[in-house]
Amino acid sequence: MMVDASRKAISDAPPSDADAARTMRLGTGTSLVILLLLLVAPLLVKNFIVFQLTTVLIYGIAILALNILTGGSGQFSLGQSAFYALGAYTSAILIEHAGVNYALTLPISGIVCFAAGFLFGLPALRLSGVYLALATFALAVATPQLLKLGALEPWTGGVQGLVVDKPDAPFGLPVSQDAWLYYFTLAIAVAIYIASVNLLSSRSGRAMMAIRDNEIAASAMGINVALYKTLTFGVSAAITGIAGGLGAIAVQFVAPDSFTIQLAIALFLGMVVGGVGWLPGSLVGAAFIVFIPNVAESISKGLSGAVFGVLLLVVIFLVPDGARQVAQACRSVIGRRKG
Amino acid sequence: MSVRQRLRIAVLVAAAVAVAAASGSALARKAYDTGATDTEIRIGNIMPYSGPASAYGVIGKTEAAYFRMINDKGGINGRKINFISYDDGYSPPKTVEQARKLVESDEVLLIFNALGTATQTAVQKYLNGRNVPQLFVASGASKWNDPKQFPWTMGWQPSYRIEARIFATYILKTRPDARVALFYANDDFGKDYVNGLKDIFGDRWPKIVAAEESYENSEPSIDSHIVKLKDSGADVLVNISTPKFAAQAIKKAAEIGWKPMHLLTNVSISIGAVMKPAGLEASEGVLSAGYLKDASDPQWADDEGMKAFMAFADKYMPGANISDTHLAYGFAASQTMEQVLRQCGDDLTRANIMKQAARLNDFAPSTLMPGIKINTSAADFAPIEQLRMMQFKNGRWVFFGDTLAAGAID
Amino acid sequence: MELLSNQILAGIATGAIYACMALALVMIYQAIGQLNFAQGEMAMFSTFMAWQMIHWGAPYWAAFVLTLMLSFAGGVVIERLLFRPLAKAPILTNLAGFLALFAIINSVAGLIWDFTIKPFPSPFGSSPFLGSRLVSTHQAGMIGVILLVLAVLFVFLRFTRMGLAMRAAAAQPESARLVGIDTNRMIALGWGMAAAVGAVAGMLIAPVVFLDPNMMGGVLIYGFAAAVLGGLSSPPGAVVGGFLVGIIENLVGTYVSGVGNELKLPIALALIVIVLVVKPSGLFGRQEIKRV
Repeated sequence: MMVDASRKAISDAPPSDADAARTMRLGTGTSLVILLLLLVAPLLVKNFIVFQLTTVLIYGIAILALNILTGGSGQFSLGQSAFYALGAYTSAILIEHAGVNYALTLPISGIVCFAAGFLFGLPALRLSGVYLALATFALAVATPQLLKLGALEPWTGGVQGLVVDKPDAPFGLPVSQDAWLYYFTLAIAVAIYIASVNLLSSRSGRAMMAIRDNEIAASAMGINVALYKTLTFGVSAAITGIAGGLGAIAVQFVAPDSFTIQLAIALFLGMVVGGVGWLPGSLVGAAFIVFIPNVAESISKGLSGAVFGVLLLVVIFLVPDGARQVAQACRSVIGRRKG
Repeated sequence: MSVRQRLRIAVLVAAAVAVAAASGSALARKAYDTGATDTEIRIGNIMPYSGPASAYGVIGKTEAAYFRMINDKGGINGRKINFISYDDGYSPPKTVEQARKLVESDEVLLIFNALGTATQTAVQKYLNGRNVPQLFVASGASKWNDPKQFPWTMGWQPSYRIEARIFATYILKTRPDARVALFYANDDFGKDYVNGLKDIFGDRWPKIVAAEESYENSEPSIDSHIVKLKDSGADVLVNISTPKFAAQAIKKAAEIGWKPMHLLTNVSISIGAVMKPAGLEASEGVLSAGYLKDASDPQWADDEGMKAFMAFADKYMPGANISDTHLAYGFAASQTMEQVLRQCGDDLTRANIMKQAARLNDFAPSTLMPGIKINTSAADFAPIEQLRMMQFKNGRWVFFGDTLAAGAID
Repeated sequence: MELLSNQILAGIATGAIYACMALALVMIYQAIGQLNFAQGEMAMFSTFMAWQMIHWGAPYWAAFVLTLMLSFAGGVVIERLLFRPLAKAPILTNLAGFLALFAIINSVAGLIWDFTIKPFPSPFGSSPFLGSRLVSTHQAGMIGVILLVLAVLFVFLRFTRMGLAMRAAAAQPESARLVGIDTNRMIALGWGMAAAVGAVAGMLIAPVVFLDPNMMGGVLIYGFAAAVLGGLSSPPGAVVGGFLVGIIENLVGTYVSGVGNELKLPIALALIVIVLVVKPSGLFGRQEIKRV
């Protein structure tokens, strides 16, 4: 079953559960190096690559949200595209119809998605494993149709979607729109990452992981299982919604076709490639889902889908636990050298 | 100075000026923007090669093959075409990424025949902001014809809305007391048709339209919609669906013994890919308004344009399924692109591309139906605006009436 | 009342499609305890193989039988080549493997047979069944075949040694190994059977929806809904689930005023989620007992 799977994904990992919190994040040194790379990257590449990197960060945030859900409380969702869409539309509608500043729309998107996620988490409580996966899958399938709904058309633009204006850098800063948006996204991504690491190593985080590892035992320990599970759903949805809002601003367009089941599947694949439950892996997974399709089509246009599938298989054959496994291998090699 | 001397000087000066002007214009004639050189023209394109809309990918493959043929023949005005086509999987965020890659990294001169309404809407503002031609968008939305707001965007095929108006006018003319059943795709394509019908039916809509059913592309079978539409008692069926669903609808209507006057969108009139699978008997009598020749229609066997197309397909796309109308579509669109580039001569600036694209005059690509010609002007960014009414009889499409232009309907 | 009965009949007719797919999904779930997202694409590929044979001149039933055999072999090969090496990997990684397989099969089929739709013959014809214009002879035949497959599966899983061993291998792999069951063989067998049942489903569905590489995209979604509604551990439940989804969807489209037609799938899915909330293992599924 899928929940068992995520449990297995985590308990199979070599480091003992004693330093579970440490395995969720990278060492301070490594983190700072990666942050530095992310900070200088836009100075070295063309604007369109800056845009691609922004996309990677945005998907990274969304995958992180899924990691919190699956790695944190052991629930599994194939419906993240629904929350991503809700966040994107909330931001787009606020910017275009209400003239709200783009930065201010993000917390609103987060709150709206938190509420939606929390509410969806209630029926989800009753479901587990594969049944939960399919309930969330249903949500993802239904999303484009809900967005097309005639009654909502004055706000959503119906099948035609909504065009969003791209923000300029504030205070007359001498950076391009792309670079500004990149740094803006990076700041939010870093903030969310730090908050998530802290959340998972806090009391609440330990409660969530206790639920993941054994629900019945957790409830015997006095943890309010229902509350924590729905809260986790809400938090995960809120973060996904913020990513969606950023996505709408970066792409400058929202339409039902942008948020199909394909998006939910891409986010899921990103999580697997990055390593289930390993937060830093989110960035690796996001890079995979942004860049590997481009690699695939450069190899063969007619068979781009097949090439993508083969590349994905190669990755999961070599490292079934994703980037997390690579990181652990590196760590043990370095550790051996030092020792 | 005598008058004669003055005259001589004047003549000399005039001659000098003329020579200078001539040589000057010879210099000015070679003008390039990013993406064009003495030897190469880079053209960008975006298609859904993967994902749910991958059936359209063959348009991009046809175009790539077409430009290969052009290059084998020496290119256009001595320049080879470098056709760069990317996959967006029909997802607007990916379209934005690919369009930016084409413009900023591959540095193409223009984007040609990129496919999809939502996907191309996502990049319309970006391309117009950068003054990059978004030429001959592969979508029938009417919004591409808006030269005032989007002077760098131009559609190509007849808009869905125009076709819908032609249908509505035809219904009112031939069956004034018609009861119409409307079957349409719940997306931009279907909604545009509905708007076109509304343009003509106006206030009479509730009286004329007996039933409406929309379908989603995720539905495996649309049979139950057809059963419901029949139950409405309608005697006219307007069928706005993509090939698979159109074939299902024709087949189901025949199976349940419903024989309304059946008007079918020209998106789905391929004999090989729709009518034959649905059953030739079931398809008998279906009406449509077309603009493309269908390679699987026997009536074009000896047609000069079709022969050119077949020769191309045999050599450059061996093994391709010619009954797929997307091939004929890609062929005609590429010919239009070629024509614009030929007209541009050595002035390959983006501004001149748009200028020449807006100066197409009675241009008739090989795979367009006889009588249908491409005309554009500075105020008219809708290249194909004509359609011909036709009826499916004995395994082929039979034309009737005149070539209908959008102008005649408005 | 006539409208109601008509809509129910039409729902059963489309429900037969969902039931076919759901049955194939439950079959693989029985064998490996996972949902195969590539099941629909495997079925599509099998159907294309049958189409190609018929196109080359093979009689329908010969192509049918040969396709079943090839599909069975194909299922075993996929298990050996792709999923045996992943057996120790986390199940979410396996799910990613299914999605990769989905992309590969879809893309390869598109390259070989292109994306235009192809008619697929039905051995039952397509005239009205017993004078009802709502159910064609093909759909009636389809329901008959589903019930037949269901009966065979029931007998196999319930009354044969091999069927019992297969269920044991899926439910309790370690205990099964202890009592001497070759679980690897059982898993391969399960894959083969699921692929064969999928091929039957594909060949029954194709005459209604036409054959093209994307034909199973929508069917898979409904098949999942049906399988879950019926309960993943119950083949008869999957079939009943399929018919129920077809009927619910049609009734929602007809009787929910205003948004019914536009939102019939979302509303049907919401109803299924509600059913699941009341009965978390589906209508006919067994409640799993958790151990501490």
